[in-house]
Amino acid sequence: MSEHHIDEVKKSVRIYITVFVALAALTVVTVAVSYFHLSLVAGIAVALFIATIKGSLVACYFMHLISEKKLIYAVLALTVVFFFSLLLLTLSGHHNTITGTQIVS
Amino acid sequence: MPGGVMLPEFYNQLGAMHGTIMVFLGVVPLAVGAFGNYIVPLQIGAPDMAFPKLNMASYWAYFLGGVTMLVSFFAPGGAANSGWTSYPPLSNIATMGQTMWLFGMVLLITSSLLGAVNFIVTIIQLRTKGMTFMRMPFFVWAQLVTAFILLLAFPPLEAAGVLQLMDRLAGTSFFMPSGLVISGQPLTISGGGSPLLWQHLFWFLAHPEVYVLILPAMGIVAEVIANNTRKPLWGLRMMIASILILGFLSFIVWAHHMYLTGMGTVISAFFQTTTMMISIPSVIILSSLFITLWGGSIRFNAPMLFALAFLPMFGIGGLTGLPLGLAIADIHLHDTYYVIGHFHYVVAPGTIFALFAGVYYWFPKVTGRKLNEALGRLHFWPSLIAMNFIFMPMMIQGLAGVSRRLYDGGASYAHAQGVLHLNVVMSVAAWALAIAQIPFIINLFWSIKSGERVKSDNPWEATTLEWSTPTPPPHGNFSTPVEVYRGPYEYSVPGAQKDFTPQDQPKV
Amino acid sequence: MPDTIPYTTHERPDTGLYNAKIGIWLFLASEVMLFGALFSSYVLLRVGSTNWPLGHTILNVPIATFNTMVLISSSVTMVMAWASLKLNNFKKYRLYLGLTVLCGLIFLVVKGFEYNAKFEHHLFPSTSTFMAVYFTLTGLHGLHVIGGIIVNAYFLGPGSKMWFKEPERLTNRIEVSGLYWHFVDLVWIFLFPVLYLL
Repeated sequence: MSEHHIDEVKKSVRIYITVFVALAALTVVTVAVSYFHLSLVAGIAVALFIATIKGSLVACYFMHLISEKKLIYAVLALTVVFFFSLLLLTLSGHHNTITGTQIVS
Repeated sequence: MPGGVMLPEFYNQLGAMHGTIMVFLGVVPLAVGAFGNYIVPLQIGAPDMAFPKLNMASYWAYFLGGVTMLVSFFAPGGAANSGWTSYPPLSNIATMGQTMWLFGMVLLITSSLLGAVNFIVTIIQLRTKGMTFMRMPFFVWAQLVTAFILLLAFPPLEAAGVLQLMDRLAGTSFFMPSGLVISGQPLTISGGGSPLLWQHLFWFLAHPEVYVLILPAMGIVAEVIANNTRKPLWGLRMMIASILILGFLSFIVWAHHMYLTGMGTVISAFFQTTTMMISIPSVIILSSLFITLWGGSIRFNAPMLFALAFLPMFGIGGLTGLPLGLAIADIHLHDTYYVIGHFHYVVAPGTIFALFAGVYYWFPKVTGRKLNEALGRLHFWPSLIAMNFIFMPMMIQGLAGVSRRLYDGGASYAHAQGVLHLNVVMSVAAWALAIAQIPFIINLFWSIKSGERVKSDNPWEATTLEWSTPTPPPHGNFSTPVEVYRGPYEYSVPGAQKDFTPQDQPKV
Repeated sequence: MPDTIPYTTHERPDTGLYNAKIGIWLFLASEVMLFGALFSSYVLLRVGSTNWPLGHTILNVPIATFNTMVLISSSVTMVMAWASLKLNNFKKYRLYLGLTVLCGLIFLVVKGFEYNAKFEHHLFPSTSTFMAVYFTLTGLHGLHVIGGIIVNAYFLGPGSKMWFKEPERLTNRIEVSGLYWHFVDLVWIFLFPVLYLL
């Protein structure tokens, strides 16, 4: 286990509190925005955008991803690629169908 | 049917469970759980796997999953009977056995996930001094890629399993479209679900799964061939690059199992392209193994016979996959016996032969005795011949249009009449294959007690680290910490004293 | 000597990581694929449907907002528990870890009230695809919360005794369970707006 100086940990603690405040604020924002009656597409975009920021804060600072090793980044990058493949290719399969065919649920 | 030996319902159970059991309770536990867990730590110079308790959890999850699967035969209505592919809506309304199948799969998937984590951490963290990645034996590379495939491809099937359990137990309609009518009665469900969703989630795993079935086998064959040609593997770097690319591509080819579901030309072309691409690294690996034989001092012992047979057999399996990967040809061949012939060539005279090679090769390390060579040949030759007589006729029947999963083997179809006689040929060959295993079983039990004792820890005069341990390896594997000075296949090095130089032999 | 497994506590020099850190990140990668697959299923079902209800017309947004705050707070207390161990403060560690467990339990209790309210209004998973998605995704998330609570409770109780024999190993274990707990929070950060606000 690498030796963090006491000061480094104390600095991290200050960051944790800051991130917490930011997360709480962003939660309020995302709920508030939902009252604006945006169109579905706009609503999805804003909600996912805010969620991504919140998620990134948790990942980078609570999970220390911002100072993690390359190996971890590589594994996560691979995972993200495969997740998007699953999502996008599956959707494409439903969207791009044989002429005259429609997938109905 | 008159003159039949079983009810159609039971035939369907056997069909579904044969696939499930062979893949998830047979090949994966043997190739990954057994060979992987035993050999990988030895070949990288590690004292153990990284997480022993996690390994134990992985084993017991597998055990419980296996028990669940086997016990399901005694459920009302019998075991799962909707194919190992469990397509809804049929599987959604199937008998209780399907629910047990789902629970069994959740346990087996958990087992594989825990195991995958263990393998990756072990290979990355526990390589001994001097064991760089490029000095790792090809078998270890194969297990590493396999572990990544298991880790990232299994969860979507677990998700699908959860969704189908919800459908079956909580009455949801994840996979049930609206307006379904069964036996004249409309179903009282909310509808709005998608049967195709299951197919996507299932095949997202099930395609990479087939690479899980073949990669460790290729690893074993590579070890045995290098050792018994007294030559380094030809093109090792290319083989390593190929196996990495193969692992990656395996995640984006899955819908070639779904060409007939109404997908349009654009998306079909995408999957056809990636499918054709993935054959390239496959061919590179197979070709490198073939080329390694050229100019080698080949020793035709039992493990080598199986490893050699793997090459053309996997070749046939792989080549017969090409028409299936091409959407146009697949229109005719999809869901026929051609498919069954194709994949059995790859897993039966392919993977299973490689596993046999591994057993004959590493038996001396585990027990201190060699398996009997004569019995080995008696096992090998009839098995090879029988396998071809079982699976080649399937290609012929498939080309004639005989569908898979037919209880009567095609008897009631006009287009099948001309090839119906092949059912007898295949059945006789299947019995012959079963009988051909008897010498092997006798060999195993007899040799443990009375086999020829090995005269050294390294009876095959191999270069990789597992042969530097005491026989069998004690707790902690190596009696003293081992250091690596060279690559994994330093056979017939010009100027060396012997025709092999172990990886841990100090430089002079 | 050949008996012990290296790099369980101290990092391997060339990777800079200890074993369990890689292990937990690999596991989390598989969890990303699991929840990712469920998320993809939700997207596919919603895109293919004709009349998908807006989340806030059926679900209780204020209660879920409260729960979101609870989970975020538990994430802070979790990382503070780890930081306390790094600062050699065992008492603070137990305090923060206790708060984390408490927050997790509050989350579950509130979820229980939510589910119960739905059942009382005859809204079950079988009622519609929307409800099926809601119950399944939050249910599976809830199971993960339960798992995390159990692990944290163990480290609060019997597991904490390791501090007196192998403090660094315990600190690593708390870091690792912290990573899992943050991930559970992360999943909820996406689930909440997607299910409740859209």
